[in-house]
Amino acid sequence: MSSSTPLLAVDELSVVFDGHGSDEVRAVDGVSFTLEEGRVTGLVGESGCGKSVTSLALMGLLPDRGVRVGGSAVMRLPEDRVDLLTLPQRRMRDLRGSQLAMIFQDPLSSLNPVVPIGRQVTEILRRHRGLRGSVADREAADLLDRVGIPDPKRRLREYPHQLSGGMRQRALIAMAVACRPRVMIADEPTTALDVTIQAQILELLRDLVTEEGTALLMITHDLGVVAGLCDDINVLYAGRAVETAPRTPLFSDPTHPYTVGLLSSIPRLDAPRGEPLTPIRGSVNDNIAWSQGCAFAPRCDHYTMECLQGPPELVAVGTAAGVEGGGSGGASAGASGAGAEHVHRCVNPVRHADVADQPVTESPAVAGGDEEEAQG
Amino acid sequence: MLRFIVRRLLQLIPTLGGLSILLFVWLQRLPGGPEYALLPDDATPEQRAELRESLGLDEPVTVRYLAFLRRILEGDLGTSLATGRPVTEEFLTRFPATFELSVTAMLIAVAVGVPLGYLAARRRGTALDFMAVGGSLLGICTPVFFLAFILKVVLAEQLGWFPSAFRLSPGLARTDLSGLVILDGLRTGELDVVWDGLLHLALPGVALASIPLAVIVRMTRASVLEVVGEDYVRTANAKGLHRNTVRTRHVLRNALLPVVTSVGLLTGALFSGAVLTESVFAFPGIGSFIYEATQTRDYPVLTGFILLIATMYVIINLLVDISYSLLDPRVRAQ
Repeated sequence: MSSSTPLLAVDELSVVFDGHGSDEVRAVDGVSFTLEEGRVTGLVGESGCGKSVTSLALMGLLPDRGVRVGGSAVMRLPEDRVDLLTLPQRRMRDLRGSQLAMIFQDPLSSLNPVVPIGRQVTEILRRHRGLRGSVADREAADLLDRVGIPDPKRRLREYPHQLSGGMRQRALIAMAVACRPRVMIADEPTTALDVTIQAQILELLRDLVTEEGTALLMITHDLGVVAGLCDDINVLYAGRAVETAPRTPLFSDPTHPYTVGLLSSIPRLDAPRGEPLTPIRGSVNDNIAWSQGCAFAPRCDHYTMECLQGPPELVAVGTAAGVEGGGSGGASAGASGAGAEHVHRCVNPVRHADVADQPVTESPAVAGGDEEEAQG
Repeated sequence: MLRFIVRRLLQLIPTLGGLSILLFVWLQRLPGGPEYALLPDDATPEQRAELRESLGLDEPVTVRYLAFLRRILEGDLGTSLATGRPVTEEFLTRFPATFELSVTAMLIAVAVGVPLGYLAARRRGTALDFMAVGGSLLGICTPVFFLAFILKVVLAEQLGWFPSAFRLSPGLARTDLSGLVILDGLRTGELDVVWDGLLHLALPGVALASIPLAVIVRMTRASVLEVVGEDYVRTANAKGLHRNTVRTRHVLRNALLPVVTSVGLLTGALFSGAVLTESVFAFPGIGSFIYEATQTRDYPVLTGFILLIATMYVIINLLVDISYSLLDPRVRAQ
């Protein structure tokens, strides 16, 4: 697709879980996206749309049995290129932590409760960088310092339960960045944190991406996080990408009815008091299989019989060129350079005129997490 | 850490105090006092009353309880009605044998049970898992004395691989330092004694180990299965750590926490379980002595035994709590 090869090119990734006695589950059903150095790519969608499974598949952390993974995820390494999905476990172990790192959702349960924080940081330094003893300790303290943990030497001796939620997530981030990975995956890293800490963590991630040139895959259901952090966004629904675009066109000109629905269900601070939210009808259980048509059709306000004629293709947004130019200059220019094109998977896309009356303007939140303030 | 231990030690006082009251009440309420056990069936009520008086059984309850408590604290558990020797002395000569047997059984149970339970969890659903789980069920269901009897008949009497009775072969000289055959043998360098002692410990040790072994296998298996699904194990894998590092530092270390607790409880139960095993193998420990004491209603001996078991239980649980707090920093913090 692109002239220069991307750092990580995920193509038609699919993950199918064998149902125990019942039907198999297609958790991810042909997702494609690319990651570039120094850019943040978002995977957005509601619970159960396949976001986390995508990240685990890329990390090679899915269970050995009962799972079939298809497609490819080609990563550019200094010396060669490898497909992460077919790499033997032994080589994946070498890549994980050093080239590919992951930050998880719940920092408390993601840290070993009976091992001091220091040990959990130095073990990765020892594994991938061969540091041990006092050298490793010093490096671990530096790492904690870099992710904004005060008094790092004392913290190294402490256990996860002695740290606050934000500290724990910072410690996990310190472990993730310990070996300067080229690709970092963050799976809802701020979900378990309160709003002010959320903003700090997002800022930290942004800085790390900018300073190190890491490619960050940000998995979230929080459009505030997306608006504040992501350069390119993939909206997932029922295991497939339904709309992909750089940040500005996605927020200013969403075309897939699902994206439009997500954006209009965000509570707004400037909305009149008592005005009801506009949720998406039904739940993720109301899907139909992609093979029969658009999985979102049963919940969609725009669907016609055409939507049920078979799986819709991912196509470029018809009037994208004209509308994209209307967005804010900086982001658009960056997007047209290295980022994603604006594509969607819909036969009855929402036209811009239709959304004009929707409560969606530019980025609904710049600092990320403003919505939660309104909710809480 | 020190404060934790001191606090736990102070908690022993009410526990043991309550136990002494229970024990005393139990003794008062038992039917058929010693005057029935010691005197012939046709003794007159006057003779029985005379004996009660001479044993101090006609004093008020509170007086007798305080006297009882004072004697216990002085280490005086009374005189065995059957042998006429002090109970404390009888115990001291027999307890090392029981202690050695129980420790052997627990070492076998842990050394076999933890790896077996771990492997069963790793190979869940395979023949090994099936055998471990099925075998442990069998182990729990088989009465200890029955297993002890089978082991003795087959391995000792028919095949002759192991001695069938006692702690040491008759006529083997040894230097007695502490009453513990293996430990003394190792300290004095009498390796023939160590080997002979181990042979004698093997069968009763295995028989006594069967139930704790079965519990530990199941406990370890369930615990490992739970821990491998924990987020921090996924984190450890996401860090690219070697498989063995993940298994030992992240899986096993957490999985063993509940196992440690159960080992403590099981060790306490072992001392009472040793009674049956010892009588099958004529092992000269406390078990066979207690067995006779129940036959003759030798109350001082029985009281002393219960007190001993209870104290062991409490001490073992203290050790478990301390080791637990070493293994799990979250406990220490509370």
